[in-house]
Amino acid sequence: MQGTSEYQPRTGIERWIDSRMPLPRLMYDSFIAYPIPRNLNYSYAFGAILSLVLVVQILTGVVLAMHYAANSAIAFNSVEQIMRDVNYGWLLRYMHANGSSMFFIAVYIHMFRGLYYGSYKAPREIQWILGVILFLLMMATAFMGYVLPWGQMSFWGATVITNLFSAIPLVGEGITHWLWGGFAVGNPTLNRFFSLHYLLPFMIVGVVILHVWAFHVTGQTNPTGVEPKSRSDVVPFTPHATMKDAVAMVAFALFFAWFLFYLPNYLGHPDNYTLANPLVTPPHIVPEWYFLPFYAILRAIPSKLGGVIAMFASIIVLFFLPWLDRSKVQSAAYRPLYRIFFWIFVVNVICLGYFGAKPPEGWYVLATQLLTAYYFVHFLIIFPLLGYIEKPRPRPTSITEAVLSKHKSGGGGTPAEAAASPERRG
Amino acid sequence: MSANTYPTTVPDSAAAPDPHSSEPSRRDFFVIATGAAAVVAVAGLAWPFIDQMNPDASALALASIDVDISAMEAGQSITVMWRGKPVFIRYRTPEEVEAAKNTPLSDLKDPIARNDNLDSNAPATDENRAAPGREEFLVMVGICTHLGCVPMGEAGDYNGWFCPCHGSVYDTAGRIRHGPAPENMLIPTTAFSDDNTITIG
Ligand code: FES
Repeated sequence: MQGTSEYQPRTGIERWIDSRMPLPRLMYDSFIAYPIPRNLNYSYAFGAILSLVLVVQILTGVVLAMHYAANSAIAFNSVEQIMRDVNYGWLLRYMHANGSSMFFIAVYIHMFRGLYYGSYKAPREIQWILGVILFLLMMATAFMGYVLPWGQMSFWGATVITNLFSAIPLVGEGITHWLWGGFAVGNPTLNRFFSLHYLLPFMIVGVVILHVWAFHVTGQTNPTGVEPKSRSDVVPFTPHATMKDAVAMVAFALFFAWFLFYLPNYLGHPDNYTLANPLVTPPHIVPEWYFLPFYAILRAIPSKLGGVIAMFASIIVLFFLPWLDRSKVQSAAYRPLYRIFFWIFVVNVICLGYFGAKPPEGWYVLATQLLTAYYFVHFLIIFPLLGYIEKPRPRPTSITEAVLSKHKSGGGGTPAEAAASPERRG
Repeated sequence: MSANTYPTTVPDSAAAPDPHSSEPSRRDFFVIATGAAAVVAVAGLAWPFIDQMNPDASALALASIDVDISAMEAGQSITVMWRGKPVFIRYRTPEEVEAAKNTPLSDLKDPIARNDNLDSNAPATDENRAAPGREEFLVMVGICTHLGCVPMGEAGDYNGWFCPCHGSVYDTAGRIRHGPAPENMLIPTTAFSDDNTITIG
């Protein structure tokens, strides 16, 4: 996809810059002339939405840090001061707190999009791996950010999550003391979490650049899973992707604003408006909603080390998807069986999240265990097996063909139906 | 080594490396020695950056605390803070002591006492868990050995402790009976300085 550059410097200044430091050329080739498949739908807009949310988080975070004090004696009050005294402090803090939830909503849709359209398959393995690394960085950043207000949930969330490392044989206890800077979560812990919470977003920016670079080399996937073959299969990034992304970003911003102005505390926990107390654990502690599926997996295994291993494995397994999936067909639109299992998996993850928020009692425990087992069965057994037993539907020979036949058949048809029409060959 | 590709200023006589010889030359030696020194230097410099995160001198200063228990009566508990952690002191009722004593060791998930006053492999009998010489008192670090929550007292199937976080159940001697926690709750170094004062640490 990396054709020769079409950038034409028009003014003397542009020529002067271009021969010294061709940043305008890079921007032009990447975001204006860059060819994208002509059939991208709105599920492809979440990359742009994620970039927007990242910018919002960094901007609000930098200004919040001007008012926040990372000391366990005053952190809680400094957050309340932001809410009550600082000009527009309530808005900035609610933007930042809800922004993290928006970030995860967008990233989960983005990841499921990738799973559905086979975005992890060759030649995009590195891009997928960079994506999983971004997901891990996001989780670390969100976790440490949640500790900063130093409420009850902050404190006990930090305690439980850092204690995960104590499950490691021999060195576990040393690692937890090293993470805490003491013998329990305390002021040193808060200090270092603040420092890292400020650092990690910039590492995320760095990896995002690599992630975007990678897809500028391999080209984007598209709903047919057939690589663009001719000029008629692609359109220039601007205006097509630019405008589509802009519409999606505005729609997402409205969704964000709805939470921000009408339900600013809906995704949080009331317990976190109580000052951290190392002597009392709240009766029901749960992590933020975006960690619930993984938390459910942690609790499903009735052994400390086993639970921790299962939880980390549930994310590590994502790194291996490009090699676990044996099917040659990229898009689920042409994989009748995978399409069914994909949706079962989506429901599975949502159910895991639901049970992750429930107390670990009675039949919830068994249900969580079954769902956890299925999570791994999906990736480790169903994924490789489908490649051998599934009979894919015939694929269109090109994107153009898929798009045109869709319109011929009166619209409303999916590319899959269009491709299945008899005059096509696989 | 690409001594034959780039012009070199090393005089021929000064053991110029012969690209076909398998004998290590003087230059190979310097390259390896410099590389090794650089690795050691980087590792040495990295250590302060890593070690600064460990508990500092003030956290390490081992504080012991004295707790006055003269006002406690059977069935009461207090929680004190020791090294940033909660420590439970429970004045157990005779029934609680009885229940703990009558539990066969084979029923325990963790058969080791986990008592800093005793051997590291002492069995988890009630005598080995209770405060020295005062079996009605149980002094232990009130931290669930699963992931560090503080369990609730007089709760759970054994009327001992119940951890709300992931459902670990402890008996009246603070021993894990079921749930994800792997070990009995820890008994810190404890001594009675007089009849009414417990020293922890
Ligand atoms: S921390 Fe007590 S059961 Fe998990």
